[in-house]
Amino acid sequence: MALLQISEPGQAPDPHQRRIAVGIDLGTTHSLVASVRNGVAECLPDDQGRLILPSVVRYLPGQGRQIGYEALAAAASDPQNTIASVKRFMGRSLQDLVNADQLPYVFVDKAQGMLSLQTVQGEKSPVEVSAEILATLRYRAEDTFNDDLYGAVITVPAYFDDAQRQATKDAAQLAGLNVLRLINEPTAAAIAYGLDNASEGVYAVFDLGGGTFDISVLRLTRGVFEVMATGGDSALGGDDYDEALAHWLLTQASAQAITPQDKTVLKAAARRAKEILSEAMHTTVPVALSAHSLNVSVTRADFDVATAALTQRCLAAVRKALRDAQLSKNDIQGVVMVGGSTRMPQIQTAVADFFGQAPLNNLNPDEVVALGAAIQANQLAGNDAAGDLLLLDVIPLSLGIETMGGLVERIIPRNQTIPTAMAQDFTTYQDGQTALALHVVQGERDLVADCRSLARFELRGIPPMAAGAARIRVTFTVDADGLLSVSAKEQISGVEAAIDVKPSYGLSDTQIATMLQDSFTTAEVDMKARALIEARVDGDRMLLATQSALDADGQLLSATERSVINELMDQLRHAVQNEQDAKTLEDVTQALAKGTEAFAAERMNHSIQKALSGQNIQAL
Amino acid sequence: MISLQANDFELFGLPMGFAVAREAVDARWKELQREAHPDKFAAQGDAAQRLAMQWSVRINEAYQRLKDPIKRAAYLCELHGAPVQAENNTAMPAAFLMQQMAWREALDETHTELALEALLSEVQSARAQSLHKLGEAIDLAGDYIQAVGQVRALMFIDRFAAEVRHQLDKLLD
Repeated sequence: MALLQISEPGQAPDPHQRRIAVGIDLGTTHSLVASVRNGVAECLPDDQGRLILPSVVRYLPGQGRQIGYEALAAAASDPQNTIASVKRFMGRSLQDLVNADQLPYVFVDKAQGMLSLQTVQGEKSPVEVSAEILATLRYRAEDTFNDDLYGAVITVPAYFDDAQRQATKDAAQLAGLNVLRLINEPTAAAIAYGLDNASEGVYAVFDLGGGTFDISVLRLTRGVFEVMATGGDSALGGDDYDEALAHWLLTQASAQAITPQDKTVLKAAARRAKEILSEAMHTTVPVALSAHSLNVSVTRADFDVATAALTQRCLAAVRKALRDAQLSKNDIQGVVMVGGSTRMPQIQTAVADFFGQAPLNNLNPDEVVALGAAIQANQLAGNDAAGDLLLLDVIPLSLGIETMGGLVERIIPRNQTIPTAMAQDFTTYQDGQTALALHVVQGERDLVADCRSLARFELRGIPPMAAGAARIRVTFTVDADGLLSVSAKEQISGVEAAIDVKPSYGLSDTQIATMLQDSFTTAEVDMKARALIEARVDGDRMLLATQSALDADGQLLSATERSVINELMDQLRHAVQNEQDAKTLEDVTQALAKGTEAFAAERMNHSIQKALSGQNIQAL
Repeated sequence: MISLQANDFELFGLPMGFAVAREAVDARWKELQREAHPDKFAAQGDAAQRLAMQWSVRINEAYQRLKDPIKRAAYLCELHGAPVQAENNTAMPAAFLMQQMAWREALDETHTELALEALLSEVQSARAQSLHKLGEAIDLAGDYIQAVGQVRALMFIDRFAAEVRHQLDKLLD
């Protein structure tokens, strides 16, 4: 804790000048939180000096929870209530899991929606479990800085689909985090690597984590990280190598894993063997199952053969990404290795053979994603005004809608730079039709049945017209987080159609609200007090935002415009200090937001003009 | 004053025409995104975010069209009152259709990587020729009716090239 604040002349001592922003790597097997301190990104340790938080949550009888190492230690003795690798369940239904019967959990099938897990504390959604991990990291960061967090950048696998991204964002909201941006893990790694090594050129990031595999091809030029193509498999990672080895061990011993404990013990043994085989050529695996104990001898070659199909799946994704980027492997300047699973020798060898060059291993594959996220968080929070980092990422999977006969019509193709929007016109096929149903899917296949259902939209309030006369323009927008939103307007009447969204795998706003409510009741926090605190934080944030806009471009305003904004700011300052009702405070914040909209538009125009004129001067 | 309604060329500060240096398009895209990307306004409230999003989407839309010669040509045709209307108008010259048929037969009978690569390179050289004619039609003759014909031909060629690539992929995976 800072007891004495010393400030350089000309530098403001105001602690609010610096916003605490963190990067969080929410991983399948472990998670980290990092932040930029004194200009350097570093991972934040817990009170025992450990950087890694195992992504494991254990629900205890009653209300208690264990998160991290404590939970991990209990995995073998209390497997059903100790949820590991929950990332694999995010935005997924029970039917999506290929190995559900191999896992020790009691799953609750939610018809078409996201699965739940039955624990001693009742049903838990993967979103809630992930929120526990995120909240733990949030508290760690707040303890480190002894201050509230301004916001966080959270990383997701590049190959995550919309449902998985949305689930991650929901989890962050549940954990009380202000999400500055979701960014892709390989892109985050590229930031940390590229800035560290001042790299320019085309690089591939090979990111094999605990449960997901990503390959991204990026062009690095003067602070711009442009993703040219991305690919991967959001259900392929070190976990699968453990499973494959566990399966091999059982076959060798002609044994069966019967109880949930057996499954957990066997998998832990396989994981240890995998780690040993990264260094040694041979090991003996002791496995204590309920029926009998066994010792199995395994060589590195055995392990390679047992997992060769998985490694081939990685390379197939790499080939596809290169094709999408319209590059050959000779165009790649370097291959950055990310994720703990790239420590496996068969991965190192396969990548080196494929690209014909030794992969780049000169950074910690566990930490690099969190570090890159922290750098981006610092910039998004406005702490690094001089920073000129720019991420131009892409959508990993095509978006389409269902048409006649269960076929997919592609609306936004994969690997398009985000944010992006596409409009499509639809019409009615019956006289007086006032509603229209749309089914949005994600994937590369031609049949709806082979793609992922994202949501069903119902457009209502279309003015009644003759069949085929209405022209309903539906706009699909993918924002900078890679998340889809849909809007619709009837072109002739100008009527905005109301949209009811039924997310296929996500949670509805009501479900999230209920979860928030539940988490407050268990934490015995007064909902009202909490809402007021959040409204104050939002108010402060709006004030800060407006002030920095005024500082930068105040000259664009006339004296009258300026005084209107000043007045609104004074009102909000007063409300933040004195207002006791959250709703009223929110209204005052909104008033300032509305009152500065024109100013924001003006600033944006100004920036674009500046970019254009800068160009033209260069072109002369 | 540039606005969201400006055409792609105005937005990118480029002279309106088919011949465009890809490097210039890439460089201007990045400079514009540097100013307008929502990340630059993350700390400035929702209204600024929404606006940045609109601009950023618009810049990306223009970039997609400007960097791709066929989309760029189709856009120029449309700006000059000759929309391509690829969905409604599929009539093509007989010679072109004959060549398409010959290619399709070749694709059906080709099963080795080497032969597929050869077919692909034949298609690519036809594409290059067609692009050259397209450039002349727009930049030299200002003949947008002829340009529309070339754009349609190129759409056929690209669809066929994608099928050849798909066959190649199947061989490799």
